[in-house]
Amino acid sequence: MIKLPKRFYDDIVEYGKNGVPEEICGLIGGIVSDDDKEIKKIYFLENIDHSNEHFSMNPAEQFAAVKDMRQNGLSPLGNFHSHPESPSRPSEEDKRLAYDKNASYMILSLMNIDEPVLKSFHIEDGISTEEELVIEEE
Amino acid sequence: MKLTISGEVKEYKDGISLVELIEAEKVQTPEYVTVSVNDDLHGARDFDKITLKDGDNIEFLYFMGGGC
Repeated sequence: MIKLPKRFYDDIVEYGKNGVPEEICGLIGGIVSDDDKEIKKIYFLENIDHSNEHFSMNPAEQFAAVKDMRQNGLSPLGNFHSHPESPSRPSEEDKRLAYDKNASYMILSLMNIDEPVLKSFHIEDGISTEEELVIEEE
Repeated sequence: MKLTISGEVKEYKDGISLVELIEAEKVQTPEYVTVSVNDDLHGARDFDKITLKDGDNIEFLYFMGGGC
């Protein structure tokens, strides 16, 4: 299970909507206990592709985010990106480029911008499995 | 010597190279990994040029990208 505070969910959706038509992306940091991941901080990164069909995270910003996580006692838990025009499911490219089997891959669909859909996936050896994502009110 | 790897302090032999460390840490698909050594970023083509020293702080970061 992956737990996402509601305020972070709202922030991701707002960032995604503001980024349309481009895909947006970012990292999630938090703590792991047993089989659960608890998101404690999110990081909004530049999509250096500036595209509505692709994203690549800015490497320098990636490192800065991971460094901040270490300094705050957090672990990198995975990432998120948006699909402005397609469903919340890993594309073939998403699966091909998912090199970290320990990461959670969260995808925000904005194909219906008034009804955003955020899901989280585990991707390993090109196979994606949806993770249980719980959005927690605080 | 001591290296901090992804936030964890580990003991490795003196003079270990970055290539040897990547093998020892079982880093998957290293061609898609960027390595930070004390905040300096290194791509795969630099790995064989780097020898690590006591106290170095290492982070492995996978390329993160995709499509829709």
